[in-house]
Amino acid sequence: MKTISLIDYGMGNMHSIAKALEQAGGKVQLVKTPEELDNTSRIVLPGVGAFRDCAAALKASGLGDAIKEKCAEGTPYLGICLGMQVMLTSSREFGLHSGLNLIRGTVKPFPESHPERGYKIPHMGWNDILFASGKEIHPVLKPLQKQQVYYVHSYYCAPENPEHILGVCSYGEFPFASAIGRDNMVGVQFHPEKSQRAGMALLEAFLKWNP
Amino acid sequence: MLSKRIIPCLDVAHGRVVKGVQFVDIIDAGDPVEAAIRYDEQGADELCFLDIRASHESRDTLYHMVTDVAEHVFMPLTVGGGVKEIADIENLLHAGADKVSINTAAIFNPEFVKEAAERFGSSTIVVAVDAKRVQKNGTDDHWECFTHGGRKPTGINAVEWAKRMSDYGAGEILLTSMDCDGTKNGYDIPLTRAVAEAIPANVIASGGVGNLEHMAEGLTDGKADAVLAASIFHFGEYTIAEAKNYLADKGIPVRI
Repeated sequence: MKTISLIDYGMGNMHSIAKALEQAGGKVQLVKTPEELDNTSRIVLPGVGAFRDCAAALKASGLGDAIKEKCAEGTPYLGICLGMQVMLTSSREFGLHSGLNLIRGTVKPFPESHPERGYKIPHMGWNDILFASGKEIHPVLKPLQKQQVYYVHSYYCAPENPEHILGVCSYGEFPFASAIGRDNMVGVQFHPEKSQRAGMALLEAFLKWNP
Repeated sequence: MLSKRIIPCLDVAHGRVVKGVQFVDIIDAGDPVEAAIRYDEQGADELCFLDIRASHESRDTLYHMVTDVAEHVFMPLTVGGGVKEIADIENLLHAGADKVSINTAAIFNPEFVKEAAERFGSSTIVVAVDAKRVQKNGTDDHWECFTHGGRKPTGINAVEWAKRMSDYGAGEILLTSMDCDGTKNGYDIPLTRAVAEAIPANVIASGGVGNLEHMAEGLTDGKADAVLAASIFHFGEYTIAEAKNYLADKGIPVRI
């Protein structure tokens, strides 16, 4: 039986996302080496820590290249928070660092906070994900219509091609890409494993998704 | 639009939920996992666990409890009580906490907050500030930080302290009014507002909530990003859903 590979690059707690994927109906294996990706049906890269550390750990373990290879073969990929950001070409968090370049674009910091306007950094809490009207909503994101999801981040994804933006969120007056993707790859800035029913519905949709 | 958060707080001791009035008269209020599941079903935005009997011996009990809760509910968990070193934070995060609250250790070693924020990210680090109103020589009121569950004064101005902690990288200030805690007379609005206007970090108002109007005041007049409540939810006076519907009717952005 093929399993969902949950990438563990050693930065933090895999507990919540593993439990949430299991509850959504998946069989989860924690993956620390490229070889462990051989027999996988889906890849989930969760996000904890800094971009620099994540990118460096993926490179050092060879997992970064293995993930790119699997993605190129068509294996469905879900990146969560930092796991979304690392899909892009590069990031400006603590200097300029290279990502997996699955989607062309950069990770940028939010503009400075304005407490008097209720705009603070990090962007933390429950907020919307909005979809362009008149455009088909991505099957993985469909359960999130009119739902709020849980965000915690100070940096956001700016893909070069607007076609790769699947959903947006506004923080203060500042809109950013809340979900990105192309072909068999999806990345979300929020945490489905912390978004209660809405998040669980997204994980279930990802497990059923056949791109 | 970003929603204001409603956070039920569970004081725990030896793996049980307890509730005190002004930090004394502790009574048993139930099983942490059952309480977490109940609040999850009611639509709480986040849960906060504070180990009020934090001691070295009870650490493992706390970690097990956090793991147990994190296996049952899929929502943000903040855990605090007796967090003194980087290893404590690491252990709590590995157990399943999303954010860790630091209180007394921040007062004794402010650099610890800086180190923790750099290592785990601002969004992971909450600094709990227990503040009490003091008057000196007939000057204007101000607030002072207290430690050890509100027993020891520090001489530190609470608003300035919150600002320093925010500068050091704390993503949130969990602001408890020692004067109001347990009274059910409402949050200390001037205190909450003074801190919320002074710092870029998020402010969670705590201490004194007795009804839903108090919650609305904390979020509007107090300018808090989130409100914390314990007894009004534990003892079934209100459900989270009732609180949110009330706030939504007042035009406050909440997640229904």
